[in-house]
Amino acid sequence: MRNKQNEVRQVMVCCGTGCQASGSKQVLEAFITQLQSLEGVEAVASTKATGCNGWCEQGPLVKILPDDITYCLVKVKDVPVIIEKTILGHGIVERLLYRDPISKNRVQSHHQLDFYRKQKKVALRNIGEIDPASIADYMARDGYQAFKKAITMSAQEIVDEIINSGLRGRGGGGYPTGLKWKSCLQQEEKQRYIICNGDEGDPGAFMDRSIMEGDPHTVIEGMLICAMALGASKGYIYVRDEYDLAVKNLTRAIQDAREHSLLGDKIMGREFSFHIELVRGGGAFVCGEETALLASIEGNVGEPWDKYYFPSEKGLWGYPTVINNVETWANIPVIIGQGAQDFAQIGTENSKGTKVFSLVGKVINTGLVEVPMGTTLREIIFEIGGGIINGRKFKAVQTGGPSGGCIPAELLDLKLDFDSLHEAGSMMGSGGLIVMDERTCMVEVARYYLNFLAGESCGKCVPCREGIRHMLEILTRICEGRGRTGDLELLEELAETVQEASLCGLGKTAPNPVLSTIRYFRAEYLDHIENRFCPAGICRNLTRFSIDPEKCTGCGLCKKNCPANCISGERKEVHTIDPQGCIKCGSCIDTCKFNAVLVQQEVGL
Amino acid sequence: MADEVIHADNEIRNIIQAYPPEKRFILAVMQDVQKSCNYLPKEALLGIAEYVGVPFSRVYSLATFYKAFSLTPKGRYNIKVCDGTACHIKGSPVLIDQIQNSLGIGPGETTADEIFSLETVNCLGACAIAPVMMVNDKVHPKVSSSAILEIIKGYRKEADHEE
Repeated sequence: MRNKQNEVRQVMVCCGTGCQASGSKQVLEAFITQLQSLEGVEAVASTKATGCNGWCEQGPLVKILPDDITYCLVKVKDVPVIIEKTILGHGIVERLLYRDPISKNRVQSHHQLDFYRKQKKVALRNIGEIDPASIADYMARDGYQAFKKAITMSAQEIVDEIINSGLRGRGGGGYPTGLKWKSCLQQEEKQRYIICNGDEGDPGAFMDRSIMEGDPHTVIEGMLICAMALGASKGYIYVRDEYDLAVKNLTRAIQDAREHSLLGDKIMGREFSFHIELVRGGGAFVCGEETALLASIEGNVGEPWDKYYFPSEKGLWGYPTVINNVETWANIPVIIGQGAQDFAQIGTENSKGTKVFSLVGKVINTGLVEVPMGTTLREIIFEIGGGIINGRKFKAVQTGGPSGGCIPAELLDLKLDFDSLHEAGSMMGSGGLIVMDERTCMVEVARYYLNFLAGESCGKCVPCREGIRHMLEILTRICEGRGRTGDLELLEELAETVQEASLCGLGKTAPNPVLSTIRYFRAEYLDHIENRFCPAGICRNLTRFSIDPEKCTGCGLCKKNCPANCISGERKEVHTIDPQGCIKCGSCIDTCKFNAVLVQQEVGL
Repeated sequence: MADEVIHADNEIRNIIQAYPPEKRFILAVMQDVQKSCNYLPKEALLGIAEYVGVPFSRVYSLATFYKAFSLTPKGRYNIKVCDGTACHIKGSPVLIDQIQNSLGIGPGETTADEIFSLETVNCLGACAIAPVMMVNDKVHPKVSSSAILEIIKGYRKEADHEE
């Protein structure tokens, strides 16, 4: 570190949504104002706001270069100490370093953590390393070099390169990206459109948000390369309006690219023009379906249409249209820049490259992780994610959002790719990985997804609109303790009809959460129906909490955390729960460190 | 297509006329109106229909199809409890119940004094800090069932203070 002493320090404050919610903007401002008051600050340090580093659990994160120090959970009051000790004194503030829960050692750089070491960043390569509002930062990391290389290639060469890379759409379906482009290129109609689908609607997934917020230029560059290959002059980015920061950063990036002659008329003096317009979505899940999204851009209600033609043949306003997901676009500059061969070396036989997963739920290290296709669930959840919170037992992981399914512990060694997930009764979807433990009720999870889908079905197809609603009624009944013999068979029958007779992906895949939970957790369903018991202690009508006198140490933590004030007991004596006042929120069982809270069958049913 | 929007006051008229009178901009106009007024007043929808030259029913169908829009005014503090999957399994249903019991309003409703509205949303995209709740623009991360009532009380105090 000694030879780095004279270098200018870079203070990089993570300003992703997670860190911002934990107060990173205030930390950033404190650094800026306090550093400004230093004399000759330019020679000492510069401050930068970056996109999401993915490790939201430990935010706000502050990285200091070139020392490669990562401080976690930084507060405004820590800023003077960091400036004094690290920036001026070249030392380390030990207490702000991450403490490894197993070895108890402090870790200086995030690069040394399992959370990052096991990842391979391709789509997320720049996020956390650059200021998303700076086109210069993007260019300093080879930004727009791939586009410049693409200028020297023919349209066919570009499309072939994407086909050879084996890239498949990251939004859900996993259709080969290059084939979409090829189909569009073959159309006689020369008016063509390029669309980025940023209507990220899967609950539990936020990788597209992170990319649009943290590295907007990579999306633009990907679209630009495609537009040049296909001769398209107009592109649209459809982004959720709720994603304020993404809208802001994309708007700025489009403007900067235009000023650098990378968008607009006669790009870099050539006979090629490409304009990108931002369309803000209205918060309808079905608009993530590509034909519904096209309808929405045209100003219609976002209902899907039947795919007699693919959008690559007849898409927006009837013209050939390439529509890809945000993460897919983020891979394009890498494939063109470094070559399809390099890209195709990562991943499995039929799923090339990496995939970004949002690792959330009952796992220790929550956040965004990017790993090569073919990485096992066990590696992601236990090595990168650090295992299950509170030392509980892993129960299942939900993948693919409302169209996906739940994968049980027996399949932890499943290598994640498009095909293996499909075989397991789930799907890749956009990459949500929601980890569930013993305190998650699988019947209630199925009910949750059906409730979501019942609200999001556009209503065009009767089997989807009515079938989902009916399945939801049955599941609600089961969760409330009114399940009947034969309900499971009825659910399976309804599921088949909804799958077979719906027009778009939403309806076709809607039964997946129900079918996959019945397939792997049938016993839990039967517990609800026959024994009127919810083993996870989630379905309130079927649950009663009590305290095991053998295990209770009288620490008082449950009493302190009980929002209903219905736990009584003196310190160091056994506590008891008053069943009359209990609202069954489970905060006692979730806070107890001694496993002393028991889930029992509700009496009187 | 009218050059001048009749059925709307000045502010709304300016928002509507900031876009070309084309069908495809209706969504954007409605988003801007909602941001400015906190909901979509009927006069704004009428104004949009008139300006773009489409039937009122068409604008109404768009306004009711997309989840982002509300046809009734929201309270001063709009509470959005995220009920995405990660938040759901980390306890958002309990949070919603507690707010409901404390304020006496269910999702989609506003208190009689127009101070609070409650909404549940599908996913705020902040799953790593679940369960999440937003009050206007402020994100509250990792909300526990013991902390939620304190947060609400804080806003109630702020409201009382302003009056």
